[in-house]
This record gives sequence, C-alpha cells and structure tokens, in this order.
Amino acid sequence: MTWLSDAVVGRLREVATWPELTSDRYEIRRPVGRGGMGTVYAAYDTVLEREVAIKVSNALVPDDGLEERLRLEARVLARLEHPGIVPVHDAGVLDDGRLYYVMKLVHGETLAARAPALTTEADRLAVFLRIAETVAFAHDSGVVHRDLQPANIMVGRFGEVLVLDWGVARLVDLIESPGIRVGTPGFMAPELQRGDSATAEPAADIFALGALLNWILGDAAVPRRLRAIANKCAQPDPRDRYSNAADLVADLSRYRAGLPVSAHRDTLAERAALWFTKYQTLVFLIAAYLLMRALFAFFQRTP
Amino acid sequence: MNKPLLGTLLGGVLGVFDGLTALISAPETAPDIVGIVIGSMCKGLIVGALVGWYASRVHSLAKGLLVGVVVSAFFAFLIAAIPQSDGTHYWVEIMLPGMIVGLIVGYATQTFGRTRTLPVR
Repeated sequence: MTWLSDAVVGRLREVATWPELTSDRYEIRRPVGRGGMGTVYAAYDTVLEREVAIKVSNALVPDDGLEERLRLEARVLARLEHPGIVPVHDAGVLDDGRLYYVMKLVHGETLAARAPALTTEADRLAVFLRIAETVAFAHDSGVVHRDLQPANIMVGRFGEVLVLDWGVARLVDLIESPGIRVGTPGFMAPELQRGDSATAEPAADIFALGALLNWILGDAAVPRRLRAIANKCAQPDPRDRYSNAADLVADLSRYRAGLPVSAHRDTLAERAALWFTKYQTLVFLIAAYLLMRALFAFFQRTP
Repeated sequence: MNKPLLGTLLGGVLGVFDGLTALISAPETAPDIVGIVIGSMCKGLIVGALVGWYASRVHSLAKGLLVGVVVSAFFAFLIAAIPQSDGTHYWVEIMLPGMIVGLIVGYATQTFGRTRTLPVR
C-alpha cells in the first residue's frame, strides 16, 4: 500500500471542489480568486486554444440571490464593450445548476498592489484617467458600478487598466429596495452608506472616483487645482459633485493640458503662472528677440 | 487657424514690429522707415507662409526651428545685402533679429495651429 503525502491529499481536496463543467470545451486549471459572489478559475479554452477565466457562482442552492447577481454581472459586462472592461465570451449552467460565465483572463495586479510603483503624478493620473473614462463609458451605457475601489481595478502587464467586479453594478434609475448598502467603506458615497438611495445614481460612482483619486495621489503635495477636482467629486451632497464621469474626465484632461478647471477658481497669479508654463518657450524666444533689439539700440547710441 | 495662415500672420506682424525697431536701433533710417517696414513685413509674410507650410507637412519641432532660422536668414541676407546710402550694410542688425523671428515663427507653427486633415471617404 502506498500512502499519499499531505500535499497530494490537499491537492486532491482542492481539485474536488472545482466545478464540473458540462461542456468539455473548458479545462479548469487553477483558482485565481474568490469573492463573496463567485470564484474565478483560470481555464483553457480547447476550441480557441487560449487561456480564459471562468467565474462560478458560490451559491449553495440554485435559487440563491447570488445567482441573480452573477447573471446580472455577466449581462452588464456583456453590455459594456470597452477596453477598460473585461469582455465576456460565454455563459452557462453547471451540472449542479450553478451559473458560470467565461471571460478574458487578465494578467496583472490590482491597483492596490501597483500603486507604490506609480511614483509620479503623471503616472497616477494616467491610470486614474483610464478608470474614469471606463466609468464614463459605463454611465453613458446606463450602468453604475457602485463599488469602485483599488482592489477592483486591475493594471495589466502592458499598462492596460481594467475595472473589475461589476457584481453590484446596477442599471441607472433601476429602483431597488431602500436600505440596501453596497460598496466599500472609504469609497462609499454618503447616500449609499445611509441606504437612502432607492435608485442607482452615477453620483455614487463620482464620489468613489474622488475617493480613489485622493487615495492614488496620497499625502504628497498635490497642486490645489488637482485636489479641488478630487474634493468636488467627494462632496457629501451629490448635487455638488460632477454631474457625470465625462465631466470629471474633461476637467482632468484640462488640468493635464495646463488649462483652467471648473473645480477651482484660479487667482490672477495662478492664471499667469499657468499661461507662462504653457507658453514659456515662446515667451523666452520673444524675450530673447527684444533683448537683442535693446542691446543693438544701446550699443548704437553709445559712442 | 491652419499653420500656413498662422505663420503668415505671425510673420507679417513680427515683420512690421521688426521694421519699426529700426527707429530705435538705427535712428538715421527714419526718413526711409515706411519702405523699411513694408519690406520687413513682406519678408515676414513670405517667411511665415513658407515655415507654416512646412509645419503643416512635417511635424518636428527641431526641423521646424531649423527651417525657420534658415529661411528667415536667407531673406534677411537678401535685405541686408542692399547697401545703405553710404555704402555700408547692416548685416548683424538685420540678420540676427531676423533669424530669431524665424525661430519664433518656426516654434509657433510647430506648436500651435491646426494641422491639415484629410477627408474620410
């Protein structure tokens, strides 16, 4: 008789928990993540010969509420075709009745893990803008994420930025039972914390984006105009925030281009500094020209 | 505003200004100032148009600056080569500022102005 080692037994136990797919198209390889709603496995698509990710519901019984959330997540993702959102390839039901859906396998790390490597303001803003653009697209498609936070952002190996975990996303204006609280503390809009928002509003995502911007910028000295943009997002009253993510993206783009932003009223000195920064080469060339003319005039008149 | 137009306008304005500075740097030229200003403006217009046209086709700040300097130096040379009434030439007084004006026009046309876009079929 041959005894199995603890490692082998552990591995067998782990594999025994993996889902049994009715189709032989996908071969489960390894688990890559587990959330409250489902477990994500790396798998191999034998037809297209590529790695994919399969998210399987954690529901113990098929009519569990988790099933509906996973179904909605898959549908929301399928509706949102954007470079910043993981594409869904397929969906189905396991032998035991649980739902699963197949999506692109993303290689990378979460924003929470990547953030320390983003050393410059330009790097951080570039990542944040991708997130905001993705959310703006979702809002334009009638979807609100409702749980934007660093752990739900994936930064790929080639710098691609993906917004994940659309499990609590909702269609704009879809009426829900009051009192439901979704989100992550620190990134959750006050109206969601209070549970007094019966409808999914983009303003909640704007608040989370502001908290995310403050988080990604950290405690370092941040220009006042940029901090004002983050603060405008994080206003307690939704009416004081940007009306949609596209306006936030536009303001951030103006900030990056050295233009005035709507979130901050520049002083005269700040406007002059902005103007000079933008046109400094031209100012230098004109100054050089005038200096040369002045020197010519001086030496012509000096006997 | 497209780049050739920007270059032409900027070159013309700077040309007028450059011509007027002769009143300060060489007051003895005052009786001929109208001709100087018109000549300087024409030079600026031609240089600006050429440099702007180049900027609309080649997007390179370094090359734009170089073309600005070379073209303006060439036209400034043509003007400086015209002798004064006493037979002298204002080589440095005309060519050096003219070259800086070329730099300004080269920089401005590379940095600002609308690039020509091809219609989508």
